Amino acid sequence: MSTLKITDLHVSVETDQGTKQILRGVNLEINSGETHAIMGPNGSGKSTLAYTIAGHPKYTVDSGSITLDGEDVLEMSVDERAKAGLFLAMQYPVEIPGVTVTNFLRTAKTAIDGEAPSLRNWIKEVRESMANLKMDASFSERNVNEGFSGGEKKRHEILQLELLKPKFAVLDETDSGLDVDALKIVSEGVNRAKENTGMGVLLITHYTRILRYIKPEFVHVFVNGKVAEEGGPELADRLESEGYDRYTEIA
Amino acid sequence: MTVPVQVRSARPKSTNPADFDAVTGRELDWKFSPVAKLQDLISGELDGSHFDYHAPETAGVSLSWIPSTDPRVGVAGLPEDKASANAWATASEVLLVSLTSENVTEITITRDALGTTARAAHILIEAAPFSKSTVILQNSGDARLVENVEILVGAEAQLNVITVQEWNDDALHLASHFSRVGRNATLQHSIVSLTGEVIRVNPSAHLAEDGSSVTMLGVYFADAHQHIEQQVYVNHDAPHSKSRVTYKGALQGEGARTVWIGDVLIGNKATGTDSYEQNRNLMLTDGTRADSIPNLEIETGDIAGAGHASATGRFDDEQLFYLQARGISEEEARRLVVRGFLNEVVQQLGVPALSERIEAYLSAELEAGVK
Repeated sequence: MSTLKITDLHVSVETDQGTKQILRGVNLEINSGETHAIMGPNGSGKSTLAYTIAGHPKYTVDSGSITLDGEDVLEMSVDERAKAGLFLAMQYPVEIPGVTVTNFLRTAKTAIDGEAPSLRNWIKEVRESMANLKMDASFSERNVNEGFSGGEKKRHEILQLELLKPKFAVLDETDSGLDVDALKIVSEGVNRAKENTGMGVLLITHYTRILRYIKPEFVHVFVNGKVAEEGGPELADRLESEGYDRYTEIA
Repeated sequence: MTVPVQVRSARPKSTNPADFDAVTGRELDWKFSPVAKLQDLISGELDGSHFDYHAPETAGVSLSWIPSTDPRVGVAGLPEDKASANAWATASEVLLVSLTSENVTEITITRDALGTTARAAHILIEAAPFSKSTVILQNSGDARLVENVEILVGAEAQLNVITVQEWNDDALHLASHFSRVGRNATLQHSIVSLTGEVIRVNPSAHLAEDGSSVTMLGVYFADAHQHIEQQVYVNHDAPHSKSRVTYKGALQGEGARTVWIGDVLIGNKATGTDSYEQNRNLMLTDGTRADSIPNLEIETGDIAGAGHASATGRFDDEQLFYLQARGISEEEARRLVVRGFLNEVVQQLGVPALSERIEAYLSAELEAGVK
């Protein structure tokens, strides 16, 4: 049983107009096996939270803490965080020309595990995971994200999630840009990974649509850089009918 | 007042260095080069005796010295700058590499003891009709070399020529490669420039007959205070000719400098031409400079396609972040990105052992650069 704990997190980013404060005191605690949805309007700081957990250099933590089973995540480099068991499914995965999916996956798996996977099992596992995500076998010989459609990029993110088996997965608007078929396939992948590994999930989304397929136990509404309201799945239902206006008016 | 020559095909050609004005560094074809370091080679006295080389006995390949008055000499092209003319006029004889085998033949000609005296060299690679061959010019050791390399590709022949520069760090190397590609023949020409203080290899391809095609490749890695330059010229001069030019380079360290100029001329006879050229540079650190200039001249309206691309970018932090977020260390991530970037060219060289050696070299360079 693992715990990812975020305490009074304040985060800012440098812009052309100077320092801009984005997160203003976020508190969040996620345990293994739990699914938390973070919902909120554009600009509320949802993605900033995701990237801060992963350690993107653009974001500066001004105060507060993030710990994984008591270990200080903020002291870790980006790759150390991944090795510690954190995974970020990116909203906009970048292209890496000349690096094939096969090579990339094997390199990542070797880095995370600290040793190369046994070849035969690994090939089988990759093939099965790709089949589950309805990815063509030719995919593995393509360069990472190069020429991928929006749906292919998201499937590739979830493929990594299934293969790298993190303790906690942060899904940054994984539902955006997906048609309903792709959304189902991707959601099934997340549910499968959770079932197999017992990971905790932090599902960041603007819309409630993905919550039909991935069921959160906890919903946190982000407004203006902090949690404005928390509750169970019923809160998401309410957002579906009422939208975020109620919160933005208060703010 | 002299009007500068703007059109590539109208550049003056001569084997007599006196026909070229003294090089000042302001000329179109010299303005990116470190001319002060090169004056001895451009206009000074050169040693024109036979140069040292070694090459294994290979069936289907013969090497011999021929006089520069041989009728085959100068067919592929003639000097278009003073340094090239200086070497042409000085080299006493021409090393003829004659390729006749219709089975695939590969030969490596190694030059590793050229010494520190300024010298001229002249090589003529002649691929007989229907022959299939690979010639590797493998260069290492000291060099203050100015040379001309002529390449004649006979009808239907397939020739792969690769020049590899792994000179000592203070080496100077100026080269002009002239090639003439015959009917339905294919030339792949590659320049791999890794070490040496100044490397300037200017390759040209004359697509002279129906259906001739050329693939011109370049891969280079410039370290601190290294100058690597290539001025590429493709002359489409016959119907249904095809060219693909791909040069990729990485720059690392203060004063690392690269230059790529890509001239493509599609002449009025070259109907149905299919042409594409691109140069991409990756700047790994501050203090580097890459010049990249594609030029396309088209004299016929009836072409299949012609395009060019040029891009010079910095190391992409988002690529590094993506890889690191998957547990891959920064050093490993940098290696993956740069090797991936250069691999497009390295893997096309057609000589797997050479590709492997280049990849190993690049890995070592990147490791040194990260520290």
